[in-house]
Amino acid sequence: MNNHMDYLKQRVLAGLMSRREFIGRAGALGVSAAFANTMLSHAVHAAGPKKGGTIRMGFQGGSTTDSLDPALATNQVALMVIRMWGESLTELGDDGSIQGKVAESFSSSPDARIWTFRVRQGLTFSNGQPVTAEDVVATIDRHAGEDTKSGALGIIRGIKSAKADGRDVIIELESPNADLPYLIGDYHLAIQPNGGKDAPDAAIGTGPYILKEVEMGVRFVAEKNPNYWGDLGHAQTLELLVINDNTARVAALQSGQVDMIDRVPPRTAGLVARAPNINVHKTSGPGHYVFIMHCDTAPFDNNDVRLALKYGINRQEMVDKILFGYGSVGNDTPINASYPMFTELPQREYDPEKAAFHMKKSGYDGPIVLRTSDNSFPGAPDAAALFQQSCAGAGINLEVKREPNDGYWSEVWNKQPFCTSYWGGRPVQDQMFSTAYLSSADWNDTRFKNEQFDQLLIAARAELDQGKRKQMYADMGTILHNEGGLICPMFNDFIDASSDRLAGWVEGVNGFALMNSYAPLRMWVA
Amino acid sequence: MIRNIPLAAMVGLVFTGFYFAMAILAPWIAPYGMAEIVGDVWEPSSPEHWLGTDNIGRDLLTRMIYGGRTTIFIATVATLISFCTGAIFGFWAAVAGGWVDQLFSRFVDLVMSIPSLILALVILSVMPVTVPVLVLVMGFLDSTRVFRLSRAVAVDITVMDYVEAAKLRGEGYRWVIFREILPNALSPLVAEMGLRFIFMVLFISTLSFLGLGIQPPEADWGGIVKENADGINYGIGAALYPAVAIATLAISVNLVADWVLTRTTSLKGGR
Amino acid sequence: MSPVLKLIAQRVALGLLLLFMVSVLIFIGTLILPGDVAQSILGQSATPEALANLRRDLGLNDPPVQRYFAWLGGVLQGDLGTALTSGQDIASVMWARLENTLFLAFWAAVISVPLAIFLGLLAVRYRDRWPDKLISGVTLASISVPEFLIAYVLMFFIGVKLRWLNPTAIGFRPDADVLSKLEAIALPVAVLTLVVLAHMMRMTRAAILNVMQSAYIETAELKGLSLFSVIWRHAFPNSIAPVVNVVMLNLAYLVVGVVVIEVVFVYPGMGQYLVDHVSKRDVPVVQACGLIFAAVYIGLNLIADIVSIVSNPRLRHPK
Repeated sequence: MNNHMDYLKQRVLAGLMSRREFIGRAGALGVSAAFANTMLSHAVHAAGPKKGGTIRMGFQGGSTTDSLDPALATNQVALMVIRMWGESLTELGDDGSIQGKVAESFSSSPDARIWTFRVRQGLTFSNGQPVTAEDVVATIDRHAGEDTKSGALGIIRGIKSAKADGRDVIIELESPNADLPYLIGDYHLAIQPNGGKDAPDAAIGTGPYILKEVEMGVRFVAEKNPNYWGDLGHAQTLELLVINDNTARVAALQSGQVDMIDRVPPRTAGLVARAPNINVHKTSGPGHYVFIMHCDTAPFDNNDVRLALKYGINRQEMVDKILFGYGSVGNDTPINASYPMFTELPQREYDPEKAAFHMKKSGYDGPIVLRTSDNSFPGAPDAAALFQQSCAGAGINLEVKREPNDGYWSEVWNKQPFCTSYWGGRPVQDQMFSTAYLSSADWNDTRFKNEQFDQLLIAARAELDQGKRKQMYADMGTILHNEGGLICPMFNDFIDASSDRLAGWVEGVNGFALMNSYAPLRMWVA
Repeated sequence: MIRNIPLAAMVGLVFTGFYFAMAILAPWIAPYGMAEIVGDVWEPSSPEHWLGTDNIGRDLLTRMIYGGRTTIFIATVATLISFCTGAIFGFWAAVAGGWVDQLFSRFVDLVMSIPSLILALVILSVMPVTVPVLVLVMGFLDSTRVFRLSRAVAVDITVMDYVEAAKLRGEGYRWVIFREILPNALSPLVAEMGLRFIFMVLFISTLSFLGLGIQPPEADWGGIVKENADGINYGIGAALYPAVAIATLAISVNLVADWVLTRTTSLKGGR
Repeated sequence: MSPVLKLIAQRVALGLLLLFMVSVLIFIGTLILPGDVAQSILGQSATPEALANLRRDLGLNDPPVQRYFAWLGGVLQGDLGTALTSGQDIASVMWARLENTLFLAFWAAVISVPLAIFLGLLAVRYRDRWPDKLISGVTLASISVPEFLIAYVLMFFIGVKLRWLNPTAIGFRPDADVLSKLEAIALPVAVLTLVVLAHMMRMTRAAILNVMQSAYIETAELKGLSLFSVIWRHAFPNSIAPVVNVVMLNLAYLVVGVVVIEVVFVYPGMGQYLVDHVSKRDVPVVQACGLIFAAVYIGLNLIADIVSIVSNPRLRHPK
């Protein structure tokens, strides 16, 4: 029978048999459809990518207000467009390690304070111009400049100076940071000719595709860059369509209007997967749905109130009902297993008695107002309603206040003392902690100020002994878990889907959704 | 009296009455607490949960009963406000004519010409979103539509001989409006009122959609449709119950309106 | 000058004045709107430094009166400014969007208005018989279901299950031929028709019924005309004023209020464009869109007013 299956697989690969027919024949041999499908995708994968064709994508997040300037990219669509035309110095590998992109190699001084990145030999921009170390320095310069609007400014600020030396870029940091290669791979920092100082939104870079048609918030078309140096980009044409409505996005995939979508709503993911020609891909990642309290505002300045609320939330119920199982429970720290130096802490469970105990101990018995809106994370008002119910079980009176979607991030988040929010996570602990939990962090949205935590964080950056460093992050996690203003009930999985017109999906790629946004560049038309 | 009511109007009255009664008696007839989580997500209907459960496991029947209460209350009050102000000012403008008419009409044009999305956003973002404010804002925004219609109808009537006669007799505006215009303009207005009521029901859900409407865990029917709409394409009917409720309410209210329409026209009709 | 022309000229002048007042109101409205453009542009990834830099670049530190007149001056010269967020020229992007919106609204109107009037006449003709009740029931049901639900249901059954039409309008290209454009918007047009049909149909029915009691209708009936031609020739022309009003309201809705439909079907029209920019507090774009919407609305109203004047002999010849 195995021989026969192999024969059938070969016929599919040779284009002599349709996928549907294959599954039918396999069924006749007593092989289940699901298994046959897996077998086939393995076979297709093993045969290697096919070149040419068009991949059409329907993604959420694009807006007519977007710009092509990589410094201003804030959403999935903008990120995906950068992936098409541009590349940064480094990139996260599938296993979480760091690989060179524009940089062919990199190294550091023993104290991790001075870093050297060597620009890849013979690399050219899509306009034919060669890539030089000066272009890299100019890019860093533009994002760090006095008048920058860059989203990468927080990353870049630790850089004291960047100099070009032949093909080398020498970066000197203010203080040692062993994670620089991770940080410098940030998608905002795509290398542009003269750093994009002349034309920030020209979309000229070293990426595998060249943008041909741009209609902000609607549609992007890119053609293969014939001079691309690497092995990314199998399709000849990529067409990216912005589809913000969940139901419309799924319908477009089901009807074959597009081949790939992101953010399948968890509620319907299981039902979408039932369709025979659609594969739903789930990837766990560092993104988390959170409730954040300001540690410096009454009543949340009392750690017992914070603990009461932490014990008053039913994490498993949230994962089941908000994420429909597409995710994992959180433990009141922003770190999970997707981080390189993760240490597990004892899991905090829903415990109404402890919650009531801490509430009583705090002496506070007034109402607690929780603000929420649909765009803080999908299903946030529902999650707030669940939280309200589980708190009621502990005798805690939680008042839920729904705020307008519009203006939530500017009027409520980081302003009101208790609200729902979302963090996309970062590739490494240091960056996550420095972004939101250091006393002086730009987005310290829990107003968390803890001297011991700060000291550990700074020390960990310079610690090159992995074992010691891991322990330091574990200690920081414990501090946050016990004293922080963060209630983290769940980490959400990324749920993407593609039709069987495409092949080449790789499971478990480290990073973010859509194979860390490389899916359109690594998949091919089967 | 009851024997004179046609079957359609009877059906309308029964349904309307049923929904209103349900709204008033909600706390006594709802089987569970409004926000209480009693089961799994989207359970099918069962003896415990007649309509199944909603998107986070609350009893759908209970949600519907409480949702109906919010929906019907807000829509009714807002419709009344909108009709009273809209019709009175509309008639006044038509009867007075001249600069009064111009002032009102242009002001209404001004308000109406700004997209209601932006207007609602601006008004509700500077005011606290409480139910009375919501009702007033909805009634105010909607009264502009009623104004236009009632003015258009009344202008046609004011040039009728009997109105001119009344004016010549020296009757005041109030007399003309309530004795001459109102009875003759009633039928298009009543026809409109049934529809306006439904638009109010939908308007609440639009505001909830923008995050400006009803505060959770309360809900309105439109909001329940929205919460459960994800399931609709996979045969999960939770969104259909509130949709059907809105539709039946719409039809029955309008059946009643039609009946009133017939009665007013036959009161007036000489045939 | 004939009194009608004078009245019309008056209305046009008033319309322009109104437009000016709307521009002031819109400007004030965008000032009141809470939230800050710089913060909204950068979203969650904003640092205080980046915020301050952006705010200065956008000229948000100038006094409002100065900003208003600078804007008005530009508008009068046909320059709507550039979008704060993307730096694109607003006029060129917005005309393309407006064209798309008008295309959708046009086809929805072409189908729904005659259909609504025809159904209204039919309902009067068969008043209180089953056609009347059927028409009333179906249109009422369609109007009372939230529009996104109708959209989802049609999308699923016609687009995904039956595969008769594409479920979304992502295949819409403004430069394609009319036929393929119509294919792309077929579903949105169907939903819009269902949404606006009931209102216009019911108003037609009620307005005609209202004049059916008049003496001249009785005369016409006594002349031995068939009921339908009495309705069509005598009753309908006399009830045109309220009908035109409702039709105009719905046409305005088709242009101004179709945000939900545009979002659901992914149609690149004005609504989506406006909502994107409202949420980013991109004031020049919001102002420009608001002004265009107001102009459309005022224009349609002007038409309704003029039709009412022309159709009413008593208004045409005031005593």
